[in-house]
Amino acid sequence: MNLQLFIPELTLAIFAIAVILLDLFVQRKGVLAGVSVAGLVISAGFTLTMWGSEPQTIFNNMLAVDSFALFFKLLFTGIAILVILASVDYASKLTNLQGEYYALVLLSVLGMMLMAAATELISIYVALGLTSLSLCALVGFLKDSKSSEAALKYFLLSAMVSAVLLFGMALVFGVTGETQLSKIAQVIQAMPLTNITDNPALVLGVVLLIVGFGFKIAAVPFHMWVPDVYEGAPTPITAYLSVGSKAAGFAVILRIFSSAFGLPEWLSLNWGMLFAVLAAISMTLGNVVALPQTNIKRMLGYSSIAQAGYLMVGLATVGILPTADVLGQSAILFFLASYTVTNLGAFIAIIAISNKTNSDLIQDFSGMIRRAPGLALALTLCLVSLIGMPPAAGFMAKFYIFSAGVHSGLLWLVIIAVLNSVISAYYYLRVVKVMWFGEPTSTEKVFSSGALRFSLFITSIGVLLLGILPGLVMKLTEAASKMLAFLP
Amino acid sequence: MIASELIWLIFLLPVFSFIIVSLFIRPSVKPTSKIAGYITITAISASLVLSLWTLLTVMAEPKHELAVPDFSWLTVGDLTIRIGLMIDSLTAVMLVVVTVVSLMVQIYSQGYMHGDPGYHRYYAWMSLFTASMLGVIMANSLLLIFFFWELVGLCSYLLIGFWFHRPAAANAAKKAFVVTRLGDFGFLAAILLLYTNTGTFNIPELHEMAITGVLAGTTLTWAAIGIFAGAIGKSAQFPLHVWLPDAMEGPTPVSALIHAATMVAAGVFLVARTFPLFVNSATAVTIVAVIGAFTAIFAATMGLVMNDMKRVVAYSTISQLGYMMLGLGAAGLALRQEGHVTLELAKAAAAIGIFHLFNHAFFKALLFLGAGSVNHATNTFDMRQMGGLRKVMPWTYATFVIGALSLAGIWPLSGFWSKDEILAVTWDTQRVLFTLVMITVLMTAFYIFRVVFLTFSGQYRGSDPGSHGQEHDHTTHLHESSPVMVAPMVILAILAIISGFWNITGSFDAFMGHGETRSFASGLFGIFTHPLPWIALLVAGLGIFLAYAIYGAKWLSAERIGHIFRPLYIIFSRKYWFDELYENVIVKLILLKWVFAALEKIDTKVVDGAVNGLANTVRTIYRIALLNGIFDILQRVDGTKIEKANGVIKEPNKNWWQVDGIVNVMANGVTASGEALKKTQTGQLQLYGLVIGLGVVAIILVLYFAG
Repeated sequence: MNLQLFIPELTLAIFAIAVILLDLFVQRKGVLAGVSVAGLVISAGFTLTMWGSEPQTIFNNMLAVDSFALFFKLLFTGIAILVILASVDYASKLTNLQGEYYALVLLSVLGMMLMAAATELISIYVALGLTSLSLCALVGFLKDSKSSEAALKYFLLSAMVSAVLLFGMALVFGVTGETQLSKIAQVIQAMPLTNITDNPALVLGVVLLIVGFGFKIAAVPFHMWVPDVYEGAPTPITAYLSVGSKAAGFAVILRIFSSAFGLPEWLSLNWGMLFAVLAAISMTLGNVVALPQTNIKRMLGYSSIAQAGYLMVGLATVGILPTADVLGQSAILFFLASYTVTNLGAFIAIIAISNKTNSDLIQDFSGMIRRAPGLALALTLCLVSLIGMPPAAGFMAKFYIFSAGVHSGLLWLVIIAVLNSVISAYYYLRVVKVMWFGEPTSTEKVFSSGALRFSLFITSIGVLLLGILPGLVMKLTEAASKMLAFLP
Repeated sequence: MIASELIWLIFLLPVFSFIIVSLFIRPSVKPTSKIAGYITITAISASLVLSLWTLLTVMAEPKHELAVPDFSWLTVGDLTIRIGLMIDSLTAVMLVVVTVVSLMVQIYSQGYMHGDPGYHRYYAWMSLFTASMLGVIMANSLLLIFFFWELVGLCSYLLIGFWFHRPAAANAAKKAFVVTRLGDFGFLAAILLLYTNTGTFNIPELHEMAITGVLAGTTLTWAAIGIFAGAIGKSAQFPLHVWLPDAMEGPTPVSALIHAATMVAAGVFLVARTFPLFVNSATAVTIVAVIGAFTAIFAATMGLVMNDMKRVVAYSTISQLGYMMLGLGAAGLALRQEGHVTLELAKAAAAIGIFHLFNHAFFKALLFLGAGSVNHATNTFDMRQMGGLRKVMPWTYATFVIGALSLAGIWPLSGFWSKDEILAVTWDTQRVLFTLVMITVLMTAFYIFRVVFLTFSGQYRGSDPGSHGQEHDHTTHLHESSPVMVAPMVILAILAIISGFWNITGSFDAFMGHGETRSFASGLFGIFTHPLPWIALLVAGLGIFLAYAIYGAKWLSAERIGHIFRPLYIIFSRKYWFDELYENVIVKLILLKWVFAALEKIDTKVVDGAVNGLANTVRTIYRIALLNGIFDILQRVDGTKIEKANGVIKEPNKNWWQVDGIVNVMANGVTASGEALKKTQTGQLQLYGLVIGLGVVAIILVLYFAG
């Protein structure tokens, strides 16, 4: 076995421990943020060096090192770097526990990396556990009543869902006798199944897996934790949850469903349609309930449910198109990348603004274009991208994923999705309208730290770059998606 | 010959001026400086020169097309998207229209917007708008058109809400954006549909496929209808017309450029651009013709009764856009009746609508600038506060009357030539629609001369906007606008007189249709050998005479007539209650209040009765169903903790605990840390868990019964 391939993960683990230890000695806590970012950059650097090499596996086929995993590792480290940069102002309020804060972010990235790389049910479960626990602690980090409530809710529901997930995995293992995804696929292929009801235990296992990951990606009806947790959690962590956790969920779903359950015609046909139905429900409910929201974090919470709905259009495509065609997978990865920069950008701008105003209410963003032109402009760009308008990234992402949907014959779903984006324009624009056309509540300018402005700059560039030159990233997503067919 | 780099510059120059003004001028220069205006005007003047050059080059080409090398924007797997320009006669004509009107409006704005605190912002958005509009015109792929299509919508949004301190402006901006997006939904769906069926976004390729019949049947019809939906939104056709009158909250030069001459005409342009797709579907062309004709008369009725000068002109715009759509639809029907469809014939058929667009752009921009000039002097758009301005504002008066005559379709002004082409082709194909638009001709002449007489003749009825004391005579503060505003109006007035001459022998049609023509015009006087112009002129003259009789000479009392037709007056002035229908009934009452509130309640609050009922039902269902065993197992896993749960949940509902099985499983999760949960004072968590559980059951049931 080649331990070199595990270096990105090892780096993160070492840096996480180092940050906790350093916390004991260092007085200026800003150093900790710097060390964490350094760890993430080094880890990302190691990951980059592996890009393009042959897909390999480590730890007895438990983890894959392929472009698919590497793509997600880069995405996660990028997310974490931006989240940490955006947290600098925020974390300085927590004088005692800053080391833990950064260490937990690093550990959760480690968990997500393992989720993206795992090719075997038990490792997937363990990676998921590491991620969820770190995130729970982070959600409750403010230790005020809202934050604690959010953490508790997140913890309890995660616990329940992970039981459901484990049960699903147990059923799949019971039927196939394997935990290795590729071997599960082989066993299922060998089964003489003619009808879905021939093997109810397997079907139940698959459904319970969908439920477990549906919770992670915030699909309706497993979404109910989202608004409460998003509202209560520290805003940088909300941003982190909304992109990182969701992307990790999609990574695992793609891995499992393109390999283990990708082969048999009867099974794939049905889960594709199942995701199509969940997609339609998720985006409709997310968008419609986002309309009356007055708190911007809750609004973005519902918006993230809707975005999960658009993403699931891609999952439905994966289930319907032949496995050799990676259009759906590639569209999902591109959508995730674009959603990541967009949503992170939106949250970072909100962090900067609400640091000053101490409010997450949309009405308090009134006239922000005159108090903080840069922040308001960046937030507008991100909201325009979330609507899915050119030239922002959101347009290309939606376009790519919807054309994959039409390609697989899901025209009805795409029509629902496009109608939904019309509805969504209404509530996103309300924020734009308030910021541009509203009267400022005070004349005081809103200033933000350099780290925050830097991260906002990066995300804005990302939004425009993915919107105007999407070809660069689409090449990566396509290369990453092709890996799903080459599993050991 | 013109180099392709120079053609790109037509689009890039306004982009540069947008970048310079927004990034460098706006942060560093005081709003009183006119530098932003000069930069924009220079850029657009250069674009205009290049556009004229392009037009001449295209005219000289035997096929009226210029090949501009395109380049690959995106290549991923099978998906290759190329970006390029399509320079044919339609593009060349539109380029000139957009750059001319834009230049006139920018010059006029130097006077109109002078001293506004948002002066630089104004010019930045105007540059971006002009660039995007040129992008729509020049793009050779539907995807690229959509890209710029959305950008012009965004600029329109920002410019309607330019005076954001007025709540009406901010609301109008949002309304315009959301309503037009409803149409864009159809457009995007059509693009996706066409792409999946043909594998291309390229417009010439799509033309080819439509003409040769590769693309046909229901796919083609739906694609055409989808594209037309986009056009309906952008061109404010019925039933998405509601946003345009409200958009008049923006600065008047914006209305002249965006909401009269260019952006709203983009819908007509889009239909013309994809016309070969339309002519091969009888359903699509019929829809275009019917919607166009209906919108024409529908908007005209509302224009009859408005008291706001700018709104009359706005309804007139909707009505005239309806004419253009009718021209396209009727010409398509005529072409289908003849049974022989080629690319050239299709383009020649589209020329009828486009010719009206071409003429309309000049005279309608002129009318808007005239209204702005009046507003500049009187500070109002309310015609009840005007009157007698002819003496004070002779230039505005003269140019406005020229615009009005052109709009009414009086020989030999430009409106006459293009309107009669539309009337002629409608007469050939659809007599019912012909009757409708003939009535519209009467209304058009009436309402626009109502504006002329109310505003410019008689006595001044308003209070002097400039003085608060009594020492001044009424009219001393009323003044003609400055030369920088009058000059563009004069130029547009000249264009409104002469632009129609292009087609008096059918040469515009021939240019557009590569030699083919449908025009019936035969010379400046030759056209009167046909009976139709006589009738049209008579009807329009009657309209002007009626307006004179009521508002000019006052032989008839407007009040009495209003009284006699009171029910109609109310219907028209309340705009058929469409605003109320859309806003109050649909959005607020049905959707917002009812559905959203209910959904939010279901989604975030504990719904006792309903949930218990649901849970009971589910309990019964799943007990019967196969899956009973699973939940027994789950229950056993957490079984030890059930007892505690009772003490933890605040005021547990009795029924709640009868719902054993699934609910217990959920409740067990809750027990794990009961004390903390007490503090939160909510019972929501069980509900969340319950919903997840119900989700599992629902999925299984669906799979079981559907699979």
